[in-house]
Amino acid sequence: MVSVKPGDLVRVVKGGLVVEGIVMPSTEFTSRGYIVLKLRNGYNIGLSLEGASVEVLSEGYLRLPTYEGIYGTSVIRGDGGLRVSFISTGGTIVSKVEYETGAVRPALRADELVEFVPEFREFCSELMVSELMRKLSENMTPEDWSRISEEVGKHLASGVDGVVVAHGTDTMAYTAAALAFSLRGLGNPVILVGAQRSSDRPSTDALYNLKACPIVVKEAPFAEVVVAMHGTSDDLYVLVHRGVRVRKMHSSRRDTFQSINDLPLAKVFPKERVLKVVNSRYLPRTRNRDVVVMSRFSNRVVLLKYYPAMDCNLIDYLVDRGYRGVVIEGTGLGHVRDECIPSIERASEAGVVVAMSTQTIFGRVDLDVYTTGRKLLKAGVVPVDDMLPEVAFVKLSWLLGNFPHEEPEQLKSLLLTNFAYEIGGTQSYELFPRWFHGD
Amino acid sequence: MEIDYRSVGLRVGLEIHQQLDTSTKLFCSCPTKLAPEGVRYFEVSRILWLGKSELGEIDPAAAYEIGRGRRIIYRVPEGYTCLVELDEEPPHDLNREALVVALSIAKALNAIPVEEVYVMRKVVVDGSNTSGFQRTAIVALGGYVEDEEGVVGIQTIALEEDAARKIEEGPDYVVYNLDRLGIPLIEISTAPDIRTPEQALRVAYRIGLIMRLSGRVKRGIGTIRQDLNISIAGGERIEIKGVDKLELIPKVIKYEVLRQLSLLKIRDELTRRGLRPEDIPEDFVDVTEVFANTSSRLVRTSLERGLRVYALPLPGFKGILGTEVCPGRRFGSELADYAKAWGGVGGIIHSDELPAYGISERETLKLFEVLGLSRERDAYALVVGDPERARRALRAVVDRLRYAFVGVPKETRGANPDGTTRYLRPQPGAARMYPETDIRPVRVDEGILKEVERIRVPKVEELLKTLVEEHKVSRELAQQLIRDPVLHTYLDLVEDLRGVVEPQVIATTLLVHLKSLRREGVEVDRIDYSTLAKVLEAVGRRVIAKEAVPEVLRAVAEGLSLEEAVGRFRTLSLEEVERVIDEVIKASAEAIKARGRDRAIGFVMGKVMAVLRGRADGALVNALVRKKLEELLG
Repeated sequence: MVSVKPGDLVRVVKGGLVVEGIVMPSTEFTSRGYIVLKLRNGYNIGLSLEGASVEVLSEGYLRLPTYEGIYGTSVIRGDGGLRVSFISTGGTIVSKVEYETGAVRPALRADELVEFVPEFREFCSELMVSELMRKLSENMTPEDWSRISEEVGKHLASGVDGVVVAHGTDTMAYTAAALAFSLRGLGNPVILVGAQRSSDRPSTDALYNLKACPIVVKEAPFAEVVVAMHGTSDDLYVLVHRGVRVRKMHSSRRDTFQSINDLPLAKVFPKERVLKVVNSRYLPRTRNRDVVVMSRFSNRVVLLKYYPAMDCNLIDYLVDRGYRGVVIEGTGLGHVRDECIPSIERASEAGVVVAMSTQTIFGRVDLDVYTTGRKLLKAGVVPVDDMLPEVAFVKLSWLLGNFPHEEPEQLKSLLLTNFAYEIGGTQSYELFPRWFHGD
Repeated sequence: MEIDYRSVGLRVGLEIHQQLDTSTKLFCSCPTKLAPEGVRYFEVSRILWLGKSELGEIDPAAAYEIGRGRRIIYRVPEGYTCLVELDEEPPHDLNREALVVALSIAKALNAIPVEEVYVMRKVVVDGSNTSGFQRTAIVALGGYVEDEEGVVGIQTIALEEDAARKIEEGPDYVVYNLDRLGIPLIEISTAPDIRTPEQALRVAYRIGLIMRLSGRVKRGIGTIRQDLNISIAGGERIEIKGVDKLELIPKVIKYEVLRQLSLLKIRDELTRRGLRPEDIPEDFVDVTEVFANTSSRLVRTSLERGLRVYALPLPGFKGILGTEVCPGRRFGSELADYAKAWGGVGGIIHSDELPAYGISERETLKLFEVLGLSRERDAYALVVGDPERARRALRAVVDRLRYAFVGVPKETRGANPDGTTRYLRPQPGAARMYPETDIRPVRVDEGILKEVERIRVPKVEELLKTLVEEHKVSRELAQQLIRDPVLHTYLDLVEDLRGVVEPQVIATTLLVHLKSLRREGVEVDRIDYSTLAKVLEAVGRRVIAKEAVPEVLRAVAEGLSLEEAVGRFRTLSLEEVERVIDEVIKASAEAIKARGRDRAIGFVMGKVMAVLRGRADGALVNALVRKKLEELLG
C-alpha cells in the first residue's frame, strides 16, 4: 500500500468511488486506519484505506503550518496617548482554527491583534505585545500565577498606563485573585480578558472584550485587577469585574463571568467608547508605578468541597501530608457534619489554618447561628464571611507563600483582613440574581 | 423567442435543499417546527465580524455592513430554541436520525456513502447563522438520476443545518427568528449534465419525488428550495438561488439564457461603437440643482430628506441601458441591482427611460445639457442618495458597465417570482470552509447502514402500483400523475383527507378540472392548497357533489369566497330535487305527453340537469325522473 502523508494530493479509488483530495492531519477522533481527505469543494471526508487503491498525485502539495515558539515582545506605535502592555498567556482568546487544515493555532500575533482591534492603535502611543506562555487555563498552577505577577509587575514598573492579560477563562478568576493579592500598591488597572468563542468565528466574543480594554485603561478611575468579559448574551456591553469578586458561572455562555456578592466595577460600551462606573467602592487610581510584587504562592493549601458522604479522615490525611491550609466549602451558613469536627480540631492543633466558606456561593458564612457552627468555631475554624471559596483559597495560598513563618492566629487574622475588597461587602437585595420561573 | 438550447451550449446543474422530517434538529434536541405566532420570545442583539485579511474572499457589500457593525437581532422563541442556536453552547453530536434519512435518500439516488462524516463550517456573515458559519457535511458521493434526455450525475449529497428565518431588515439592522436554524437539510447537487429547461424540471421533480417517497422529509411552503447553476457557451456559470416553485425552473433557465445572450450582444454592440471601458468616467456630477422645482414626487421627497442627485455621464451609450435583457428587465435594471446591493440606494434612473417617474422632458434635456452630452448619442445614469451611498452605488455601476465590455459577470443571483433574477452578490472564490472542531466525526458503520436499510424508499413504479391498487385511481390518471409535479399536491391531499374523500376525486380535480379551467383562462393560481382541501372535503362530506367541483373552483378563482361558492353549489336534498323535477314536468306536460315515455326521459333529463348540474347526483335524478314519468304516463 502506498503511504500517504498529510499535505499530499492523492487519488483514491475504492469500489465505485473515485475521489481526489488533500490528505489532512487526522484528529483525535479519526478512526484507526482512516484518512481525512479535503476535497476540491472544501469539504472533508473520512475514508478507510482498506481495499482502496491510492495514487499520490503530488507529494507535499499543501504545506502544513508549523508553529513557531513563543513570540517575543513587539512594540506597536499608535496615534493615541496611552502606553499599554498586552501580555498573552494563552486560552481561547488567542486561539484560532486555521481555515485550511482545521488545526488550532494557540497564539495571536501582535499584528493580528491590532488588526483585530484597531482601537489599540487609536488609543495607544505605544503598545507592547508579548507572549509569556501558551497555556490553556486549566493547565495553570500557582507557579504560573507567580510568573504572571512578576511579568505584570515589571511592565507596571516601566510606567505603562495599564496592563492587559489575555487568559483562558476556566481559571481566569483564580489568576485574577492571585494578581489582586500579589500586586501591592497598584496604581493602574490590570485587565484580564478572555473569550468563550475563538477568534476564527465571525461570532467571536473576543472582539468586544478586547475592544473594551483600551477604554478601561483610558477611562478607569480605579486601579484594581479586573476581568473584562461580556455582560449579557448580546454584543452590547462588557462588564469590568473586580478580580476578587468574579466567578465563571456558566460552562459555555458569553456572559459566564458575573460578580458575586458585589456589583461589577463598570460597564464598557465598546461601540460608543464609553465606560460607566457602576460601583462606587474601589481602589482609586494613583498612577503609582512603584508596585510591590509579592508573588509567592504556597502549594500546601487545599480547597475542599464538603458533601454528605465525605470521609472525615480526608482532613486527617491532609494534615499528615503536611498541608498548611484547608479552605472548606461548607453547606449553607458554613457547616460540615458533627462527625468531622474532631478532625478539624486536630488540624487546628497541628497549626493548619482551616477556613470555612460556603458552597451556596451567594451570601455570607455565619457560624454563630447553629450549634454545628459554634462547635466549628471552637474547633478553630475561621469563617471567611462573604469571600468566594476560590478567592479564600488563593488568598490563603498567597498568605502562606509570603508569610510562611507567621503564627496560625496571625494568618487567620490576615485572612479576614480586607486587601482588595474581597471580603466584607454589603449584601444588598439586588445582588442575588432573579432566576426564570416560567412566566 | 425560441432558443435552440443545444446550440447555445446550455449546461445546468441543480442544488436541491429539502428539510428532513426528523424529531430533533441537526445539532441539538429542539423540535424541527417553526414557532407559531404568539409564542413568547426574547431578543438577543449581536454583531458579526471577519478579519481584514479574510475580507478579500467574501461579499464586499456584506463586509461593508460588518465593518459598520450592522446589528443582528435574534428572536429566540421559547420552546423552539436552546443555547445551541444562540451560539451559547457547543453543538451536540450530529443527529443520527438525520444522517440515516439522508443516507437512505442517497441510496435511492444510487450514491455511495462516505465512510466517515466530517462536519465543516461554511462562513456565512449575513447573520442567518448565529455562529457566522453554516455547519455542513458530505454524507455521500456519486450517484445519478435517470432521465429521458440522458442520465444526470449526482456529485455530492450533504447534510446541513437550515438558516435562521429573516423577519425584517433595515439599513443598519436585520431581524431573524431562530426557530428554523438547525433544522436538518439534505442538499443534493447534480453535475452540470442538464441540457434543456424541461430536463431541469423533470430532474428536479424526480429528485424531489424520491425524497418525498422516503416519507421522511417535510412538506409545505419553504421546506424545499432549488438553486440553479446555469451557463452557456461564451457566457458564465451563474448561480441562481431560491427557486421555491418547481414549475418556475424552465422559465428561470430560459430567462437566464436570454439574459446571457443579450449581455453578449451588448458587448458586441459596445465594440462595434468603438467604445472602451476607460471612456466611462469615474467622476460623478451633483445635478441636484436641475431638480430645484421638480414635479417628480420621487425626487422631491428625497430632496426634502436632504438627499442629493448624482449623475454619471455615459458618452456613446445611448440605447444600451434601455436594451431588454430578458422579458421585463433592461440592462438598466442590471445596473440598478448593483447600485442597490453596493450603495444601499433605491436603484438608478437612466436617460433611456426618461422622461418617467415624474421627471419632465425639460429636466431630461437639461441634464444632457449640464453634463455636456448629446441626446442623440449619449446617455446618463442618476442616483439619489447621500454622498457616501451615492458614491458607492455609482462606483459599482461604473465597474459593472466596464465589465459589459467583457461579457457576463460571474454572479450569484436571486430568483424573482416572475422567473426573472436579480443580482445578489459576486460569487465566492474557493469555498470558505473549515472543520467544525466541536463535533466528532461519525463513522458510517454497520449499525448505521442497517438503519438505512430499514428505510425503504419505494421506486417510482411501486408508487404507480400504490396509486392504482390502494388509491383506486384509474391507471391512465395514475400514469399521468407520476409524471406531473402536481403529484406532490395530490399526495398531500390524500394524506390530509384520508378517509374523507376518494383519491380518484382528488386526482381528477388536479389533473382534469384544474387544467381545463386553466385552459379556459381561469386564474387557478389563486386557489391555494387549503381552499382546494376544503372544497374536496366538502365533496367527501357530501355538502357538494363531485360534479360541482369545477364550478366551485371557478367561482373561487373569480373572487367568490369559499363559503359563498360552496353554498351556491350545495347538493340539494331529495325533496328539493323532486320539486325541481315536478316543476319541469308540470311546465312541459304537453310536450312530454306528445313524445311518449321513452323519448320523454331524455327530454326531461336535459331540462332537469340544466338546473341541477353539479348539485345532485345524475343517477339519482335519472331514477327519479323515470319514476315520475312512470306515474304520469303509466
